[in-house]
Amino acid sequence: MRHIISILLENEPGALSRVVGLFSQRNFNIETLNVAPTEEPSLSRLTVTTVGDDRVIEQITKHLNKLIDVVKLVDLTEGNHIERELMLVKVKALGASRDEVKRTADIFRAQIVDVTPSVYTVQITGDAGKLDAFVQAMAPIGILEVARTGVSGIARGDKLLSL
Amino acid sequence: MELLSGADMIARFLKDEGVERIYGYPGGAALHIYDALFRQDSVQHILVRHEQAATHAADGYARASGKPGVVLVTSGPGATNAVTGIATAYMDSIPMVVLCGQVASHLIGEDAFQETDIVGVTRPIVKHSFSIKHPSEIPAVLKKAFYLASTGRPGPVVVDIPKDMTAPTERYEYVYPKKVKIRSYNPVTRGHSGQIKKAVDMMLKARRPVFYTGGGIVTGRASEALTDLVQRLGFPITTTLMGIGGYPQGDRQSLGWLGMHGSYEANMAMHHADLIVAIGARFDDRVTNNTSKFCPTAKIVHVDIDPSSISKTVRADVPIVGAAGSVINEMISLVQDREPASPEALEEWWKTIDGWRAEREGKLYEPSKPGEALKPQEVIEAVYRATRGEAFVTTDVGQHQMFAAQYYKFAKPNRFITSGGLGTMGFGFPAAMGVKLNFPQDDVVCFTGEGSFQMMMQELSTCKQFEVGVKIVNLNNQSLGMVRQWQDLNYKSRHAHSYMESLPDFAKLIEAYGFTALKVERHEELAPALERAFADTNELVFLDVYVDPFEHVYPMQVPLGSMRDMLLSKTERT
Ligand SMILES: Cc1ncc(C[n+]2csc(CCOP(=O)(O)OP(=O)(O)O)c2C)c(N)n1
Ligand SMILES: [Mg+2]
Repeated sequence: MRHIISILLENEPGALSRVVGLFSQRNFNIETLNVAPTEEPSLSRLTVTTVGDDRVIEQITKHLNKLIDVVKLVDLTEGNHIERELMLVKVKALGASRDEVKRTADIFRAQIVDVTPSVYTVQITGDAGKLDAFVQAMAPIGILEVARTGVSGIARGDKLLSL
Repeated sequence: MELLSGADMIARFLKDEGVERIYGYPGGAALHIYDALFRQDSVQHILVRHEQAATHAADGYARASGKPGVVLVTSGPGATNAVTGIATAYMDSIPMVVLCGQVASHLIGEDAFQETDIVGVTRPIVKHSFSIKHPSEIPAVLKKAFYLASTGRPGPVVVDIPKDMTAPTERYEYVYPKKVKIRSYNPVTRGHSGQIKKAVDMMLKARRPVFYTGGGIVTGRASEALTDLVQRLGFPITTTLMGIGGYPQGDRQSLGWLGMHGSYEANMAMHHADLIVAIGARFDDRVTNNTSKFCPTAKIVHVDIDPSSISKTVRADVPIVGAAGSVINEMISLVQDREPASPEALEEWWKTIDGWRAEREGKLYEPSKPGEALKPQEVIEAVYRATRGEAFVTTDVGQHQMFAAQYYKFAKPNRFITSGGLGTMGFGFPAAMGVKLNFPQDDVVCFTGEGSFQMMMQELSTCKQFEVGVKIVNLNNQSLGMVRQWQDLNYKSRHAHSYMESLPDFAKLIEAYGFTALKVERHEELAPALERAFADTNELVFLDVYVDPFEHVYPMQVPLGSMRDMLLSKTERT
């Protein structure tokens, strides 16, 4: 099953490489990885999506927790949560397909954020499934380039991942 | 207020931390530190002849004393030479602090002379690592390094120290940090009381229980408590290779150690058990054999300080995260005067176990007769008698290691010192050195093989310089015996590179360093040689014992089988 694990990580040099190294060293897989600073300057937040059965996920969270630079973590998929990812897509936009791109973008509530005579750059946010669907819809028109941020997530309601 | 350079802070910190001895080798990036060591006399530096030996010596000391071993090496090749020793300590959860010189900060990343990203290289084999960013943080970082290395599940910690951090001209305030706190690191101590109660209830109801304990008992200093618990309950106990001595091996309840070359009765008891109480052990593949066939009728209680060890390879029915000693003491207070529910079942269980014991008695190996070459097993037994079972014993890796573990019986923890997890040839001799330097009154014996010894024999020079009187017993089978055994069993005796052609004349080699060497070729030569070897505890003596080169280590579990599937000799199988 797919899991979204969110981690508060010491904002130390080398901390990220310890997390990434752990996944390769123990043969765990990483589907997406997203990392950025938080409101607390000494911490960054890292979100990783991974796939595995319960035994594997248990090992992943235990080993992550063992890393000295990992301050706290949560498996968001264990509860209600919000999952978002941002994607920028460059699509061929010539002749009739210019309209087609615009229409499809509207259906997905995506925005066209850059325009040239032959190319539209579309920005879309949503969960990974929505982004996948958008890529599929655009594929016949001609995708030139895709940049995805990887999944970021947060628990619904009062639940917090903080110090 | 005291102003010290980074280098002087390191020397002073080691003193304040109570470190008496460190093991190392100098080089450019570490020279400021070496100069600081030169100008003090609280910490003794042992100059090894290869950095790998420094790590093994520190490791040997750590295993014998329970305190962290300290290593100092220079950048680049100095640090990479230490890698095997760091990995060895990591696999066996041994507390160690490795101080590595590094090129000056402004050169990092430029492929400077002797620059290696040692933090990167060692990342998968350390508990944690640090890079010093400013000289003033040295005391705090070192304190954290020692704290991490020696608490929770211990392990090696690397501290990377760029040369400019130790410059003699830059001085900062030094205060020894008495306290240390790391917000993301709070090793558990006590186990969950509800779980412990559940485990004890299961233990009292069990009909065929077995304790299976590991290195966690030794590093957790829990062997007294364990012995108390096991004897109150009257259950059989088997330990891992790393757990040897955690329970006195001479005791009736001890089944010896288990696993690939474990005792027949230990492996049989595990297979037929209905309850396994695992404490400080990690269900390693050299123990479990095929996990899908592992102990088919047993429920499993697993106590470990490291949650990631629990249910990693074998699912635990009652997981308990906690320090061995604390959990065992809580178990003792719950057991108190309660009796097992069915003493008859336990009695029946012991009858079965004693039956297994009797089956193999006197059949373990065939001793040699006068005039013949010795069997490696009887050499170990003879050394056991010569040292009254009280020596510190280190080993290298191979058949001799397994024989040492099988035939030297340990009554105490911290006495059997071997590279279990990594299986590092070359470990035994420098580890023995590290032990002897710190336990000068004791006999320290290194059982080695002619293959392993040649991996670290340059340390004879260190022993000469520091007058280290270890006893080296070379079980010379003129081959990489363990490799040859596998080739006999799995490759129709095609001995690809497992022979040792052109062996040196070890006696001459040893004598070149001014030490005594005795060559033993026949049965009757052993007794007088041992008498000579152990006459003076502080004299280095090398026994070159030519043993039967065709001997195999048995029992040996059959690959992919269950615990009870074993070869018992060249012709017998369970
Ligand atoms: C550094 C290292 N290289 C290779 C091995 C693989 N290996 C395991 S046992 C062994 C043979 C050891 O020979 P020796 O020291 O003579 O011991 P014996 O088995 O003959 O008693 C080898 C090569 C190892 N464990 N460590
Ligand atoms: Mg050999």
